[in-house]
Amino acid sequence: MIIRRLLAVWAAKGAGWLCKKMGRQGVTWAGKIALKIDPHILEELSAQVREKTFTVCGTNGKTTTNNMLCAALEAEGKKVVCNHTGSNMLNGVAAAYALAAGLNGRLDADYACIEVDEASTRHVFPRIHPDYMILTNLFRDQLDRYGEIDITMNILKEMMKKVPGMRVIVNGDDALSAFLAMSSGNSYVSYGISKPVMENKTNEIREGRFCKQCGERLVYRFYHYSQLGDYVCPNCGFHRPSHDFDAENVTVGDQLSFYVKGRHITANYKGFYNVYNILAAYAGVCMAGFSGEHFNDMLKKFNPENGRMEQFRIGGTSVILNLAKNPAGFNQNISAVFQDPSPKDLVITINDNAQDGTDISWLWDVDFDRLGEESVKSVVVSGIRCQDMRLRLKYVDIQSELEPDVEKAIRSRLKGHTGNLYVLVNYTALYSTHNILKKIQGEKA
Amino acid sequence: MKLTIGHLYPDLLNLYGDRGNIQCLMSRCRWRGIEAQTIPFERDDKIDFEKLDIVLLGGGSDREQLLVCEKLREIQPDFKKYVEDNGVVIAICGGYQLIGKYYKLEDATITGLNLVDLYTEQEPGRLIGNIVMESPLFSMPVVGFENHGGRTRLGKGVKPLGRVLYGNGNDGRSGYEGIVYKNVIGTYLHGPLLPKNPQIADWLIQKALEKRYGKPIELSPLKDQEEREANQYIYHRFVKKDSE
Repeated sequence: MIIRRLLAVWAAKGAGWLCKKMGRQGVTWAGKIALKIDPHILEELSAQVREKTFTVCGTNGKTTTNNMLCAALEAEGKKVVCNHTGSNMLNGVAAAYALAAGLNGRLDADYACIEVDEASTRHVFPRIHPDYMILTNLFRDQLDRYGEIDITMNILKEMMKKVPGMRVIVNGDDALSAFLAMSSGNSYVSYGISKPVMENKTNEIREGRFCKQCGERLVYRFYHYSQLGDYVCPNCGFHRPSHDFDAENVTVGDQLSFYVKGRHITANYKGFYNVYNILAAYAGVCMAGFSGEHFNDMLKKFNPENGRMEQFRIGGTSVILNLAKNPAGFNQNISAVFQDPSPKDLVITINDNAQDGTDISWLWDVDFDRLGEESVKSVVVSGIRCQDMRLRLKYVDIQSELEPDVEKAIRSRLKGHTGNLYVLVNYTALYSTHNILKKIQGEKA
Repeated sequence: MKLTIGHLYPDLLNLYGDRGNIQCLMSRCRWRGIEAQTIPFERDDKIDFEKLDIVLLGGGSDREQLLVCEKLREIQPDFKKYVEDNGVVIAICGGYQLIGKYYKLEDATITGLNLVDLYTEQEPGRLIGNIVMESPLFSMPVVGFENHGGRTRLGKGVKPLGRVLYGNGNDGRSGYEGIVYKNVIGTYLHGPLLPKNPQIADWLIQKALEKRYGKPIELSPLKDQEEREANQYIYHRFVKKDSE
């Protein structure tokens, strides 16, 4: 079997090297080849991880949380195998292990940090037997691919039961995730923000308003955003768990700041939702037995460089690229954009490829009316479904310009505009837009 | 002129951008100077159908449909009377299934409102994807997205909304999609349905005004450039491929 594994690792490395330029797709391809040659490669390599295997699941925040946890463990001097690119289905996970293995076909790693697509847990969990699962949140996302949230929840529950020794680190502010953790029978710890931070006045779509345990309408003391908040069921008593990792004295502005278990954490990020990502990673590193003393140093150096609030400087224009792929994510993105009060231009790119979800009706569940604010000087809509995006904005009385070609759309905002450009894109537009911005940045340098 | 839209159980039936349908109806009234209001009804609210001009019943997950099912039995007689009196209804996806006699799931049967002679049965495999149809009611094609596990079959003499040009439709076999009965439109199309199909939105508004004011009404035309282009995009992408 060792021959097979060696061949698989070499082939994956070869494939990975060949198509580095293909980015994510290359990674997936390398994993596919490795699994073809050695169908057991994932079981074998993951068994060689010396300490613990973490998985990260949930609709939003997987990649950021997972990469941050990986960096936090590395800051503790550990070797970590991680699917950095966010390739989170079976092939992508297999590639992460195969590419991390040495030419001798052996893996030299203390920890594994693996984000897993919810539906793919069925294929991944039985092979890698995670010790921990971070569950970030459950929002509506790609209904055409996953079906209703109920279906996703059923899959996750089944998988959690299949690995009964796995401990769950759950966002307790999300009633859906908390219900899963509590009803799975696995032991769990909860993280969240027990007190209200920002006023939440948007008319957001909220999932799971009805108790998953008994069907009664949940009562909320407050919402952080979407359905995240402090809930209780007046009928059966199901309620938000008390947090083992509670973010206190949270402030949001140009940077984020909060205390958890007495430690003051600061990060140079916009976006309230990042409090959850940071908190989850911190909970993870503490659960692994570390005190978290290197966590702040790690955050200072941590640069996602993957289109999550990624910054570019092109001539006189500051450009921020961010992924927004579902209503909860998009609403949080809009909030993050408005943490910057200065005049700005916006490019919104919407594709409907298979990985985006071919159903784009979710655009109507995003609170785009908020873009009507004074500081937004212009909006350009782009991508395959720019027509739908323009129509969506029309119905909240926002005029936009149509430019299907993303590069042209971006270039049109670089001269004679505010010099402050936000580019919001959904999934398949992320990598190409990232590359376009890199290219334009290079031209001007 | 004035219109009141009743949105039934939006906290349970709100999948697939349903609120876009409300936004669309409201805006198209406002642009024409027609006063419009929407009343969202929750599960325990009393519904006075006499005060409503358009009723919207949206889509929900199977589980959520089971949660509203009980409530439907209570409102059924009033709802039925509203429909027989030519009340305007737009029922989408899960809501479409609920206006029929029943929706048979694998392990449960949801009793429907029995407003229209149709029934739905769940079959393996969901019918998912973009869909385009032509309807005798409109000159413009009807476009949207469908995602349903149920197959809907129409009783004798019940008219479909249109003929499928691309996609699956009611049951993936008959070649038809949706129903029209009196002033009721039922359909699997979301996307949401109305913004890209302003012809349907205007049909609903016109029927509602005619009923409320008891006279023929002609709506003032709107420019609809964005609506038309978004509709055409789908039509050309899936049905009438542009020649290079």
